[in-house]
Amino acid sequence: MTDAPATRTAPAKITMTGVTKSFGSKHVLRGVDLEVARGESVVVIGGSGTGKSVTLKCILGLITPDAGAISVDGTDALRARGKAREALLDKFGMLFQGGALFDSLLVWENVAFRLMQGARKKPKAEAREIAIEKLRRVGLKPDTADLYPAELSGGMQKRVGLARAIAADPEIIFFDEPTTGLDPIMADVINDLIREIVTEMGATAMTITHDMTSVRRIADRVAMLHDGVIKWCGPVGQIDDSGNPYVHQFVNGLPEGPIEAVR
Amino acid sequence: MQVFSALQGFLAAIGAAVLGLCQATGRLLMFAGMGVAHVVRPPFYPLELWRQFLKIGYFSLPVVGLTALFTGGALALQIFAGGSRLNAESVVPSIVAIGMTRELGPVLGGLMVAGRVSASIAAELGTMRVTEQIDALTTLSTNPLKYLVAPRLLAATVAVPLLVLIGDVIGIMGGFLVGVGRLDFNATTYIRTTEDFLTTGDVTSGLIKAAVFGFIIALMGCYQGYNSARGAQGVGRATTNAVVSASILILASNYLLTEALFPA
Ligand SMILES: Nc1ncnc2c1ncn2[C@@H]1O[C@H](COP(=O)(O)OP(=O)(O)OP(=O)(O)O)[C@@H](O)[C@H]1O
Ligand SMILES: [Mg+2]
Repeated sequence: MTDAPATRTAPAKITMTGVTKSFGSKHVLRGVDLEVARGESVVVIGGSGTGKSVTLKCILGLITPDAGAISVDGTDALRARGKAREALLDKFGMLFQGGALFDSLLVWENVAFRLMQGARKKPKAEAREIAIEKLRRVGLKPDTADLYPAELSGGMQKRVGLARAIAADPEIIFFDEPTTGLDPIMADVINDLIREIVTEMGATAMTITHDMTSVRRIADRVAMLHDGVIKWCGPVGQIDDSGNPYVHQFVNGLPEGPIEAVR
Repeated sequence: MQVFSALQGFLAAIGAAVLGLCQATGRLLMFAGMGVAHVVRPPFYPLELWRQFLKIGYFSLPVVGLTALFTGGALALQIFAGGSRLNAESVVPSIVAIGMTRELGPVLGGLMVAGRVSASIAAELGTMRVTEQIDALTTLSTNPLKYLVAPRLLAATVAVPLLVLIGDVIGIMGGFLVGVGRLDFNATTYIRTTEDFLTTGDVTSGLIKAAVFGFIIALMGCYQGYNSARGAQGVGRATTNAVVSASILILASNYLLTEALFPA
């Protein structure tokens, strides 16, 4: 595995070692090793159904791995319970692949959800204001705030999900396919936004995407998941001459190569 | 030899079924325990609780009211028919009142609410599970058991007894209407006999049953929805399972509660 030592100066924020997960007889993850440094933006690429979303969910504890270890800021994420787990989850924001908006709540209530619960509880008016500001950042007008998610288009729902993920300014943000279903201009706005969140706010980001333009815009490092393991991991500048047949085939979208077209 | 192996397969199947049942019961009990723990431990979500209370209680009123009204009426007719064989027609008011409050109010009310509420809870939580909204809650630092399950358990446990209480009154009124309108009872006598015979114990025993049924209704809806399998089919199955299991548990626990409350 080619790992650039240059990006490894910052301490690790997330460490995954030997993480495996099977669903029945289907072995999805077969030993994922991945390290994400503080303030780094890592993009995970890989074919459809290779377990990219499952990887993110394992880190969040939404799916329990069968084996392996995951630590976040030095805390064992798989064994954290009660208060420790709450503190851990407080650091995260997540955009789900399908949006996962609460359809019984208004758009702004979705975005402001976390601001209205728990320790960081803010007054309603203030939470609403923050929500509208976050909506603006993902390119949505203030009048969408008072609609229900079901009244929005797919791409708009995705952006509301994005606004919700960043609303509480989390330290670590996961974006599961942030630009799928968006037009090229909006996709660009979102790419810029993600980059900005990482460089300006110092957040640590993990993004899943199939869009190579996004990869080049967002990533510091790229990890390629295939056959349940990270086949290659390296700086974004090296993806075109990685010397790895999997990455070569994937980046160039070639039908011929080690990755079978039928999975 | 073939017989032996067939027998072995049969026994293995029974063993697996029993084990599966034990496992399912264990999981359900654990889920119930966690749900109750979250009811009593902060943070609380009063707005959610209120919404659920309205949804489970207020909007079930028509269903429970109509059920009670017709049941009370039919009960009066049957008791009159039965009573007349023994020349004891005068028992109609008292037996209608006792039958309604002790047994039919809570059981029929519970079953009707189970059909309405268990199904809707299971469908709602199932959809939330399938569309990852339950996962999203977790990532937004909100415990789904606390935010979704606890308010529903508490709301149903409080709302169903209130519904049944109203149902009792309406049911007795149904009996009264039939008694006075069709069976030539004197209105004042009917009311006085009802008052004389009905004890607080009759009513409270019914309400205790109703509270248990309310808990069962919300529990089965939440449990099935929360653990729903993926896809629309998964949600459909969760909904059916919720109604069936809630209804059976209501009838079974009704027998046990009756044994406990009125030992023979
Ligand atoms: N809860 C689950 N139960 C059973 N199987 C699952 C579950 N979640 C994921 N899988 C399976 O795990 C595999 C990987 O799924 P995952 O969603 O991680 O894919 P992905 O890499 O994100 O693909 P895509 O790019 O299409 O989103 C799939 O084959 C899927 O069927
Ligand atoms: Mg995915």
